[in-house]
Amino acid sequence: MTAARRLAERHHLRWWEALPWLAAAGAFFAFPNYLAFGTQLVITILFALSLDLVLGYAGIITLGHAAFFGAGAYTVGMLAQHAGWTEPLSGLLAAAAVAGAIGLASGFVLLRTHGLTLLMLTLCTMALLEEGANMASALTGGFDGMPGLQFAPLLGVFAFDPLYFRSQYVYSLVVLFACFALVRMLVHSSFGQSLTGIRENVLRMHAVGAPVRARLVLAYAISAALAGVAGALFTQANAFVNLAALGLDRAAGVLIVLILGGYGRLYGAFVGATVYFVLEHALAKAYPTAWQLGVGLVLIGVALFARNGILGLIQKPQ
Amino acid sequence: MSAPILETRGLCKSFGALQVAREIDFRLERGARHALIGPNGAGKTTLVNLLTGVLRPSEGSVLLEGEDLTRLPQAKRVKRGIARTFQINQLFRGLSVLENVCIAVAERLGAGGSMLRPAGRRADVIDEAVRLLGTLRLEADAGRRVGELPYGRQRLVEIAIALGLKPRVLLLDEPAAGIPSAESHIILDAIAGLPQEIAVLIIEHDMDLVFRFAGRITVMVSGAIFAEGSPEEIAANRDVRTVYLGSALDA
Repeated sequence: MTAARRLAERHHLRWWEALPWLAAAGAFFAFPNYLAFGTQLVITILFALSLDLVLGYAGIITLGHAAFFGAGAYTVGMLAQHAGWTEPLSGLLAAAAVAGAIGLASGFVLLRTHGLTLLMLTLCTMALLEEGANMASALTGGFDGMPGLQFAPLLGVFAFDPLYFRSQYVYSLVVLFACFALVRMLVHSSFGQSLTGIRENVLRMHAVGAPVRARLVLAYAISAALAGVAGALFTQANAFVNLAALGLDRAAGVLIVLILGGYGRLYGAFVGATVYFVLEHALAKAYPTAWQLGVGLVLIGVALFARNGILGLIQKPQ
Repeated sequence: MSAPILETRGLCKSFGALQVAREIDFRLERGARHALIGPNGAGKTTLVNLLTGVLRPSEGSVLLEGEDLTRLPQAKRVKRGIARTFQINQLFRGLSVLENVCIAVAERLGAGGSMLRPAGRRADVIDEAVRLLGTLRLEADAGRRVGELPYGRQRLVEIAIALGLKPRVLLLDEPAAGIPSAESHIILDAIAGLPQEIAVLIIEHDMDLVFRFAGRITVMVSGAIFAEGSPEEIAANRDVRTVYLGSALDA
């Protein structure tokens, strides 16, 4: 039966899945002056990918995902500033653990609710963290954040490069690849399939005996940990962290990126972030004062004519 | 008489002053074909919700083969073998028919939490879902999105999902609701073809279906059991004719 074969082959790798990685590798050589830009792009892709797991697959509507990005960003920042813990890779793990724990705890409480209530509570969680970071200035640097952080060279060899971002770009890309492999595995697993089921019809999911809330909390915590990794990369690559790491602007921005690219389809994060960054860059160059108008128009266009995002135009729904 | 597979004792449910279930003592025998009828608002769906654990009773208990399930949540009752369909379709509309059934089968086999293995490599899940679709004559639709199917066939998917849970007790909440009468034979055939060992409780307003299908009928009115008996007894019961069947049979 063709339907059964299609289902059995859905997790197989397709040839075009190599394209984003080839493009990213090619960009390293083709645009050596744009690697700082590329690093921010890669970090945003990872952040959007983490959001896709909960929003696109599990259908958890959140407007506070920057809480976890910020938690990761501040974790490595504070470890470097106060504890002299500057080793980057273990810093990523620490960030994932902290953000994941916050995701687990807040998800345990929040995911009893859904819809607008959930949306507001995710927003509140983020606002609480932001205000906490603002007030605990002895630890976090308060409003000014922590500028001028120093991190140890990667693997003890590759120093962070404040001008050209060569190490940061490759480092972020490798981390993105590892996280992507994890998310890809998850969404194609039975666990991922059950998340899709929860998104499609939670009532039915209860009626087939699935532990709905446990699944949601787990997905939320994993997603939070990945967002934390993205935040940690941000701090390490840029050598600073401030309140913008966990504000509403960042949370809304990543949502826009994901909607632009298409949620619930893995590569939407890649397409959305790339289109958004390139558009922003090009428009800001051409119209330094009015570039946001252009971004807004594109978003309206996508909302009206491409309800499933840019990828939705060329890819069948999963 | 042998012990019933599913039983309720003095089941009550109130929302504030509103009593939606009153002192319900109900027995579903092994392998029974049992119909639950009554006017709208009689509490039929409430009883299903109490049996499946969607609602907690204010008083009384629910027993499956003598085991008290009253405090068990819905998911645990499903694992014990109670499955249901919904009066209004509750399907994974954006997913294929096959995947709808696969999700149910995967949960039953305890695969739903597995993160490492691709769902596509669970040949046991997929094969079983395919077989099930075959028995309900849905194989031609397996690859279609559920939302694209005609309503009657969506009703069949409801039943397919419930059967994917390999229930011992199957609660069908108005399985023919919303289907044009020309297509209702699809549902009738599906119900007639259900495995004998499953005890089936069916809520239905279509009296043709009820009297062809049921070996036993319970009539509910205002949250309480009003009458119970064989189809012949119920058809001959004057009181039942007055409160419910009168209009249904004369129509």
